[in-house]
Amino acid sequence: MSKRIDAIDLNVYYGNFLAVEGVNISIEPRSVTAFIGPSGCGKTTFLRTINRMHEVLPGARAEGQLLLDGEDIYGPGVDPVRVRTMIGMVFQRPNPFPTMSIRDNILAGHKLNGTRMSKGDADAIVEKSLRGANLWEEVKDRLDKPGSGLSGGQQQRLCIARTIAVSPDVILMDEPCSALDPISTLAVEDLINELKDEYTVVIVTHNMQQAARVADKTAFFNIAGTGKPGKLIEYDDTNVVFNNPANKQTEDYVSGRFG
Amino acid sequence: MVTESAVEPQRKSSLTAPRGGAAGDKVFSGLSLTAGILILVTLAFVAVFLVAESLPALAPEVFSDQDSIESADNFFEYVWPLMAGTLIASAIALLLATPVAIGVALYISHYAPRAIATPVGYVIDLLAAIPSVVYGAFGMFILAPVMGPIYAWLTENLGFIPFFSDGYSATGRTLLTASIVLAVMVLPIITSLCREIFVQTPKLHEEAALALGATRWEMIKMTVFPFARAGIISSIMLALGRALGETMAVTMVLSQGVFSWNIISAGNTTIPSEIALNFPEAFGMRQSELIAAGLMLFIITLIVNMIARWIVSRHKEFSGAN
Repeated sequence: MSKRIDAIDLNVYYGNFLAVEGVNISIEPRSVTAFIGPSGCGKTTFLRTINRMHEVLPGARAEGQLLLDGEDIYGPGVDPVRVRTMIGMVFQRPNPFPTMSIRDNILAGHKLNGTRMSKGDADAIVEKSLRGANLWEEVKDRLDKPGSGLSGGQQQRLCIARTIAVSPDVILMDEPCSALDPISTLAVEDLINELKDEYTVVIVTHNMQQAARVADKTAFFNIAGTGKPGKLIEYDDTNVVFNNPANKQTEDYVSGRFG
Repeated sequence: MVTESAVEPQRKSSLTAPRGGAAGDKVFSGLSLTAGILILVTLAFVAVFLVAESLPALAPEVFSDQDSIESADNFFEYVWPLMAGTLIASAIALLLATPVAIGVALYISHYAPRAIATPVGYVIDLLAAIPSVVYGAFGMFILAPVMGPIYAWLTENLGFIPFFSDGYSATGRTLLTASIVLAVMVLPIITSLCREIFVQTPKLHEEAALALGATRWEMIKMTVFPFARAGIISSIMLALGRALGETMAVTMVLSQGVFSWNIISAGNTTIPSEIALNFPEAFGMRQSELIAAGLMLFIITLIVNMIARWIVSRHKEFSGAN
């Protein structure tokens, strides 16, 4: 399953503060889209509005339309909990549930949905998800051990496995490699490349090489100054954004002239 | 170059040179060691005192000139109703207080808007500051009369349960009333400790649950409770300590008597209450009996705490500390 995302004139607020202004973007299904930009430019905020996670902060809200295959996820009567089961998220720092075993971490989403399944089905989901996250071979002998005992890179792949276990339509990744060493980063990047066969992947990254390596399309966000809202400056094929950007700000950023 | 070089010109190497602050480190580690030892010594003294003073009651033939203790044939016969009363009252108090306290703590930490959470927190903390004699008076004059009719209803309709069978006290001054007062007294202990722990749940874990599509309650079950488990148990143990040892409120509320499974009639008593009521006139063997009862309370508390430690340590691997 994989769905497209369209934002139409989306403004994101924290209380009265306009954090992100006027985003218009179309994210294709079965593709990897990277958000790049300097710190505080609103790329993470925008990412979190896609599965309504930004609402965890009191006073946070969004105006405009955010369509998941044409359905407005900010429409009346839409339950954010439902949105989040369809749009999974991987965080900056690996966050497996420390009190759960590796196996229970994978099954956590299904347990939430109240899915009743036999042990065999559960085993199949665990294996499929862990294989999907390229982690199966490393942990198959210790599925009942706590997930927090794994290395950072393994934990992050466990979190990805946990996310894909519930077969979401979209996977959001908020700087998934920023806490990982280069080898683990490579493992996660390989995984992202495989994930796009089945999922729409959106990734926020501070690492421009990473964006260039994994993303089909890249969106550059920037901010005019402190207290000003972040804006989507340019959105195009990754090649174009890095080699032949249309906007001067993008060119300055990707060529390392600022940021 | 460090400034000490001027003071100590003969030093050979900058690595072995003393650094300012090293003395402070030594002093502090000495202080904390002393504090730790002091606690152990105090505890040891209390234990030694209790045992020494209890011996005549525990083994009258050996340690006194009497053949038996005064209040019963032997010490166990004397003390078991007191222990049972104490344990029942504390258990009921905790059963009543824990769910409410955890609910209030959760409300403050995860549900209430800040404008409400802060004052509610203050009010709960205030409960802990009320002297126990005030709770006793409240239980005696206000709660007990209210409970009387309720006990009548209980014995009439639920009389088949041993706790409510064979009559009730119209005045309401019973073990159950005392337990309710105890529950109110231990409520702030559990609440404030749990609240402190609940708010420390890592945001990362909470967001992990939410991002999987958990509702707020599911998020709490998945992340907050497992994270706070050890803390919840510790807070309950602290509360149990207070409930076991509470003297004044129980003494005022309860109209003491012999042990009975019926907790809604007069009767029963607790160890602290028994000691408080009888100690002023006690001497010789009677005094030993009371101190020995105190020793039993000491042992109960010790055992309960050891069980709690064991429960907490059982799940260490999954505690999230690694």
